[in-house]
Amino acid sequence: MPIYVQNRELVTPGTLLAENEKFKLESPTVFKYSNKIYASTIGLVDISNGRINVIPLEGKYIPKVGDLVIGLIEDYGITYWIVDIKSPYKAILNVAEALNRPFNPLKENVKNIYDIGDYVLARVIAFDRTKDPILTAKQKGLGKITKGRIVEIIPSRVPRVIGRKASMITMLKNETKCQITVGLNGRIWIIGPSPELEEIAILAIKKIEYEAHTSGLTDRIRNFIRKEIEKRGLKVNEIRRKT
Amino acid sequence: MRLGEKPKLIDENGRRIDGRLPDELRPIRMEVGVLKNADGSAYVEYGNTKVIVAVYGPREIHPKHLTLPDRAIIRCRYHMTSFSTTERKSPAPTRREIELSKVIREALEGVIFTELYPRTSIDIFIEVLQADGGTRTAGITAASLALADAGIPMKDLVAGVAVGKVDGVLVLDINEVEDEYSEVDLPVAMMPSFKEITLLQMNGVLTEDEFWEALKLAEKGIMKIYEVQRETLMSRYSKVRAEVEE
Repeated sequence: MPIYVQNRELVTPGTLLAENEKFKLESPTVFKYSNKIYASTIGLVDISNGRINVIPLEGKYIPKVGDLVIGLIEDYGITYWIVDIKSPYKAILNVAEALNRPFNPLKENVKNIYDIGDYVLARVIAFDRTKDPILTAKQKGLGKITKGRIVEIIPSRVPRVIGRKASMITMLKNETKCQITVGLNGRIWIIGPSPELEEIAILAIKKIEYEAHTSGLTDRIRNFIRKEIEKRGLKVNEIRRKT
Repeated sequence: MRLGEKPKLIDENGRRIDGRLPDELRPIRMEVGVLKNADGSAYVEYGNTKVIVAVYGPREIHPKHLTLPDRAIIRCRYHMTSFSTTERKSPAPTRREIELSKVIREALEGVIFTELYPRTSIDIFIEVLQADGGTRTAGITAASLALADAGIPMKDLVAGVAVGKVDGVLVLDINEVEDEYSEVDLPVAMMPSFKEITLLQMNGVLTEDEFWEALKLAEKGIMKIYEVQRETLMSRYSKVRAEVEE
């Protein structure tokens, strides 16, 4: 039962990964063909406890129930909004899932709640092959984004921004003193104590996206942030006292 | 040689009109991620044949009525720019281009896992910048690279090459002049890892033995092209790796 690739090796579609293995396949980035396992996308091989997988480097966001996403209001109807979540499927957000009070379409216009062009932090509550994703903005912390900045990255590289056991995102928050909310659809919301620190956080996230397939990334990003802070002569410790 | 007269395609040393041996490919160059707006893109050169491909998708389908409930649709457009040939080609799609769009789509449909993205479309735009024979096979090679660059799950890459019979000799990767005066033109596209043929067309007459020999020759060329495809896809990432990890 041979395995032909190493952990973290870069593979392309059609690369033979393993033969006759009783591996569990859980993502569409790998497939079985006459008892052999192949990769179906460009990505990094990940072999761990009885699983063989390819972590994709490219690709669009496919919604999953429970995912936190950042949507962009694209259009509205009488009682709903159409939300762009950087996915092949347009999401729907109903007024009932945005307000905690009754809504009367005769007296009110949904446009006055969220208008076209607004960013909304929301959660996917329903999605399957036959229906478009349905969002909710009713849970705590969800709703319209009124301040801060949004960065967009390739959705398949979001796990790198979070890191193993959220190590990367914790480090980012600590080093830049920013509040960072990661939408799994590749939009990241940053609120910082100063524009310069927001800027540095954005640069760091872009760097993570660019170097997503390399190792030792967390340390490299930490050094990068410290260097940038020093270069701009910012006093981060004073900010900590203020907030 | 007078104008319009058939040139000598194979010389005394068995070399072809551009100096290649019968089983030699033209110099190949490939690049991925050449277009920023597209989800995936690629540029491929087979000698003087130059092709650029953009892939969009999976994305929403317009017009909506084309939607399939169980899988993605694939739309493909093969087009030759008006400046791709010596004489200006009208930019309107010709009968030939419409047909090639269809065969190229069919050559790629078999490798893409369309059932993963129901109700969406994957759009492939192949633009021939310079035509010197073998544009459909270069188009397929580039399109499969662009699809991989877009992160669309597929069974394998697809690589294509044309085999011809000129002056009685089977030759690999024929160019425009060879194609014009050839006895046979045989474009082939394959999934190299599985040795499955996804496109096979033939113009002319071959004996059965010649046909199998031609197919073997095409396979040999395709395996070489496949290697370049894989290297091209990986080089983008390995370059960044080398840059930062040293």
